[in-house]
Amino acid sequence: MANILIHDVTLRDGSHAVAHQLSLKQIAEYAKAAELSGIPVIEVGHGNGLGASSLLVGESLVSDFDMLSTAKENLKNTKLGIHIIPGFGAINKDLKPAFDAGVDVVRVASHCTEADITERHIKFSRENGKEVYGVLMMSHMASDEELVCQCLKMESYGAEGVILMDSAGASLPSDILSRISALVSSLKIPVGFHAHNNLGMGIANAVTAVSAGATILDGSARGFGAGAGNAQLEVLVAVIEKLGYSTGINLYKILELAELAEKRLLKVIPSINSTSIVSGLSGVFSGFAKHVDRVAKEYNVDPRDIFFELGKRKVVAGQEDLIVEIAAILQVKNNKS
Amino acid sequence: MMNKLKIAILGSGNIGTDLLVKVLRSSFLECTLFIGKNLESKGMKKAQSLGVATSDKSIDAIIENPDCCDLVFDATSALCHKYHAAILQNLGKRVVDLTPARIGAMCVPAVNLDKCLSFENINMVTCGGQASVPLAYAIGQVHNDVEYIEVVSTIASKSAGPATRVNIDEYIETTENAIKIFSGCKKAKAILNLNPAQPCIDMQTTVFAKIKNPDLVKLKQNIDIMVNKVQAYVPGYNLVVSPVLESGKVMIMVRVKGLGDYLSSYAGNLDIINCAAIVAAEGYAKL
Repeated sequence: MANILIHDVTLRDGSHAVAHQLSLKQIAEYAKAAELSGIPVIEVGHGNGLGASSLLVGESLVSDFDMLSTAKENLKNTKLGIHIIPGFGAINKDLKPAFDAGVDVVRVASHCTEADITERHIKFSRENGKEVYGVLMMSHMASDEELVCQCLKMESYGAEGVILMDSAGASLPSDILSRISALVSSLKIPVGFHAHNNLGMGIANAVTAVSAGATILDGSARGFGAGAGNAQLEVLVAVIEKLGYSTGINLYKILELAELAEKRLLKVIPSINSTSIVSGLSGVFSGFAKHVDRVAKEYNVDPRDIFFELGKRKVVAGQEDLIVEIAAILQVKNNKS
Repeated sequence: MMNKLKIAILGSGNIGTDLLVKVLRSSFLECTLFIGKNLESKGMKKAQSLGVATSDKSIDAIIENPDCCDLVFDATSALCHKYHAAILQNLGKRVVDLTPARIGAMCVPAVNLDKCLSFENINMVTCGGQASVPLAYAIGQVHNDVEYIEVVSTIASKSAGPATRVNIDEYIETTENAIKIFSGCKKAKAILNLNPAQPCIDMQTTVFAKIKNPDLVKLKQNIDIMVNKVQAYVPGYNLVVSPVLESGKVMIMVRVKGLGDYLSSYAGNLDIINCAAIVAAEGYAKL
């Protein structure tokens, strides 16, 4: 019996790493292999979730509906999950079609201090019989007390669990220990954790979260995700099992799943490059990395300067439009000096 | 001296209370009743401190005393306005709706104020709509083949009250609808972010467009004219990124500083929709 629930976010967070260009063939192939590996939940879609295909954060190669239907056709026991951020995705135009495509698990996300925008989407998903989680993104930007207060709201809306995301990969194990412990002691529902590896803490933070009482962990094959990637799924499963927990996932099968991901999904294996270290240090959402690199080249400015300026402005996911404004200001400044 | 138009404000949240302060400054409008649900709320206290008559009876306050006003600003929520609209129509009240209920004619003063004054119920779209529609309209004036327009607004968390938060889906639908209608583009998308940073950030709106053959020179001229028109009633409306082509898409960015009437100046989102509503109501008063 599994006592740690693994959510595989390869086909959602990994979208960031390939500018949301996953094809239906790739989705079908990975979903089939995930089913064979006994993965309990796979999350599929645009990196910023349902309804997020846009000029702001990048357009998906294929529609949400097609991605989800294709994944669903290849799943039986593995559940199909989605990520939705109110403000990007809406009930009528996004959630309803996703339900038609056969979604089982809905994770409704907001910036870590804004849980009340998830109320209607959580309730609607519960009313439609879905398994529903609340997600707080960019959790390094709020105090433990504030996070508890926000999670209690999600619990009251009907969330069956909450997942804290270290979206900027900015946190260290000591932060995770106090954050997760605070939630576990205050909530009735299970607590989960989603890591990014920008400062090399992906697996360490996930292990710390479990030791503090988290029972849901996100991972992605080969770490395929935004910035320096997520907690590497196959390592995560191996380490969690080594610690004496059970995930219900077959080791050989998940190693093979990761090999398949490397061959079929990844353009490059995620690594901790200069941009991701600066993203982690400045506490800026990992999904900004590709946009910052692109705009920095166009404006001939240092991407690291852009990241630190974004950090100073305390931007949240969804404020990618500021990158161009900041690059233009830096360009003028550089030309003067 | 002409008689001021008697108006009532329905809804005592951030929007309603900011609106009240603006009405008190207007030479054409007089607030005869400020209506909410709870006399102890912050907005109510503010109204009382300004010497304005208040009621906690919601729409019943107008049903029971229909002569109290000629025009009603509805600053409640989209769901509530759906209920209020029919009642106010039966009572023969003009309505300026600040919720994203989309019942009345959509009004963005810089673009279509005069046309709107022939309707009994006008809808002020959304804060993001008020900031972006003038820009989207200018894009549509310069180009015939606008494939797609996307508007992204970010507002300070503190400026978004409970109704704004519950109405986030309506915000998106109403803003997208307005962008399509006013620009003539084939497809539109709206995105809204809340940012909790302290000190609070100013409201900011970015418009992206996919256009086959963008004419940036002509577009810049039209955008400048539009920005001037909006500034005539929203003084804190400023162009921060003039039209640029970035990765094949046109991008324009504005930032809106509020007048600091109720919340501080970061709440440009309150200011832009309320300034637009005041201009519209003054338009009726001048008829």
